[in-house]
Amino acid sequence: MTAVTLTPPLTAADVLGLRAGDRVLVSGTIYTARDAAHQRLAALVEQGEELPVDLDGQVIYYTGPTPPSPGRATGAAGPTTSARMDRFTPTILSLGVRAVMGKGERGEDVAAALHDCSAVYLAALGGAGALLARRIISTEMVAYPELGTEAIFRLQVSDFPAIVAMDSHGGDIFREGRARYG
Amino acid sequence: MREVTAGQITDLVAKLYQDANFFLPDEVTTAFEDALTREQSPLGREVLASLIENAGIAASDRVPLCQDTGMAVVFAAVGQEVAITGGSLREAVDIGIDRAFREGYLRASIVAHPCFERDNTGDNTPAVLHVELVAGDRVNITVLPKGAGSENAGRIAMLKPGDGAAGLADFVVETVDMNGARACPPLFLGIGVGGTMDQAALLSKQALLRPAGAAGADAGLAELEQEILERVNDLGIGPGGYGGTVTCLGVTIESYPCHISSLPVAVNIQCHAARQAGGVL
Repeated sequence: MTAVTLTPPLTAADVLGLRAGDRVLVSGTIYTARDAAHQRLAALVEQGEELPVDLDGQVIYYTGPTPPSPGRATGAAGPTTSARMDRFTPTILSLGVRAVMGKGERGEDVAAALHDCSAVYLAALGGAGALLARRIISTEMVAYPELGTEAIFRLQVSDFPAIVAMDSHGGDIFREGRARYG
Repeated sequence: MREVTAGQITDLVAKLYQDANFFLPDEVTTAFEDALTREQSPLGREVLASLIENAGIAASDRVPLCQDTGMAVVFAAVGQEVAITGGSLREAVDIGIDRAFREGYLRASIVAHPCFERDNTGDNTPAVLHVELVAGDRVNITVLPKGAGSENAGRIAMLKPGDGAAGLADFVVETVDMNGARACPPLFLGIGVGGTMDQAALLSKQALLRPAGAAGADAGLAELEQEILERVNDLGIGPGGYGGTVTCLGVTIESYPCHISSLPVAVNIQCHAARQAGGVL
């Protein structure tokens, strides 16, 4: 299957054509955020305060990389379990984020928010941290350095592979794939 | 009495913990290759091929297989004819994990307090250390870096004796049904049955140390392992959770006698990055 190339910042039109099961390759800038960063961003939104980074049209990747060894852009950088971010995701998507990327199934609130905000959930391959690291060209700390691996990093990626796991029309690869083989 | 120094233990733990994070055991790669021939989903086969490629890249680039380099679970079987000198076993192990973390550029994933501040300890310590005093004059150490994605998917139940083996199998299948797709399938399942609640949990972790495909001692349990394997694969979760016929690569059960009124069952889920390394001093 041919992969669709996504180059952030993305518009609604860029993601509305995607369907669960489509292969994508992400190139350009993406941002990392996992549990602790989500908690902080959601608190800022709730208090009406300015965020440390403009997320309109951006892709958020749920990952906490290992530190790079000398001479490397990054250490291992595969996705973490997305379901832990479910409670924050409607808020994050309301900021104009067009794609979130992680691993594993997610709840109905996320499906509804993807629909309402015209966004998609991408799945990267869990446990393939070494393979995915080769698609990351550079990393730059953007916010919350005190969180260590949980800080927000800006990544430059090239042909970073993922699958459309949940589209903005209710499609869900985990549910549909399982129904096909279960 | 034969002496083993704390420094020797530290050196061994530091080496093993890095090896485990960079080099996937051969039997796990073999299990991926076997699964490639059975998996019916094209996307599932792509995932399996990527996992084989990932293991190759991790070893050649010396980059961890997975960014979750784990909480360090360390099993130490210490011969009762050995004297450990120059420091405590506990310190020797934690210093070894700290060194592995720094030398191997592994991830600091441990917080000091589970409920409150959750401040990172910064050196991936402490380890979860299981010590057993055994016969002989050797120290046998096995490390198992355990990622949270799969560890969080495990469950424990105090079943009724009347639930029997069928109840055990139902509980395990239900656990994978609920949590399996987010635990990085294809999975390995370690099951502990018997003893007390704590003993069953420990047995389930120890069960993960038995290599995939290696049969257990008990014929009845081996049959139960096979039955659970088939039922879990029938769930259709598949590699990566994208749907497929290979959800599980191995089921191992360890058992222990238990009270007339009890049937404790623990299931410890292991992701496909089934890392472990062992050595003897």
